[in-house]
Amino acid sequence: MISAGEPAPDFTLRNQDGAKVSLADFRGRKVLLVFYPLDFSPVCSDQLSIYQEVKPEIEAKGVTMVGISVDSGFAHKAFQEKLGIDTPLLADFEPKGEVARAYGAYIEKTGHANRSLVLIDEQGTVAWVHESPTPLEIPGANLIFDALSAA
Amino acid sequence: MPPELTSAAVPPIGPDDHHRGEGPQLIVYADLGCPHCASAWAEISGREATIVFRHFPVASKHPRSPALHAAAEAAGLQGRFFEMVDSLYADRGHVDDPHLWQRVERLGLDLERFEADRRSADIAARVRRDFESGIRAGVTGTPAIFA
Repeated sequence: MISAGEPAPDFTLRNQDGAKVSLADFRGRKVLLVFYPLDFSPVCSDQLSIYQEVKPEIEAKGVTMVGISVDSGFAHKAFQEKLGIDTPLLADFEPKGEVARAYGAYIEKTGHANRSLVLIDEQGTVAWVHESPTPLEIPGANLIFDALSAA
Repeated sequence: MPPELTSAAVPPIGPDDHHRGEGPQLIVYADLGCPHCASAWAEISGREATIVFRHFPVASKHPRSPALHAAAEAAGLQGRFFEMVDSLYADRGHVDDPHLWQRVERLGLDLERFEADRRSADIAARVRRDFESGIRAGVTGTPAIFA
């Protein structure tokens, strides 16, 4: 897993609407990358739903939150609608898991990302990382606020 | 200023907590729109325990939840908080406004007062306070039960 202090690897991925989104687009703002295993798996649903409930508070700290998984943009769109969330979801689809790999969040054995949070500062440097012990464990939203208050 | 949502222990039972029963404490963060919560509620309600109900509506997942939590609080202002919670969990298929009014009637509550109360900012703030204490305690799904 990437560590705090390292430059955040840049990427360009398509979002749930097919639009290209690059990490560089967010320069000057903090970005929280939420790597998660798969759309429509019950645990992920809870994670992104809970984060949605505190999204205004996250944004009030100057942070843009985006979700990333290996699913396609079409699956992301349906997943977003199912959850009733508006957090952008980026498709790390082809080459599969390339961005998750660049951040050290990819699990080769299962073919998807681990549940990992990466906070990137305004200059594009990794400020904080949280890697779940297993994909089944959801990092509480409190950990995000702890990281932001320490930054 | 937005509220502080950094990590904090589950708050101990306080004067404005909703609780019932006697015995060891079970602090339950629950969503009134959540089916898992309904089955857990049926299971723990019969226990010899002090059950503390804390609001944890996840609106994105259960769009009707905020209204249901506000309804329970409004019933609580007329002394029937747990009766409303029991009623909502016992019949999850009838949760639109007319169904809420039927529940209010069955519980013998003042409908006019209920309607005014459930839309009040105070009640929304009361519900959000519980939700935020759950977030700070690391609740990531419902029901979350702390013994």
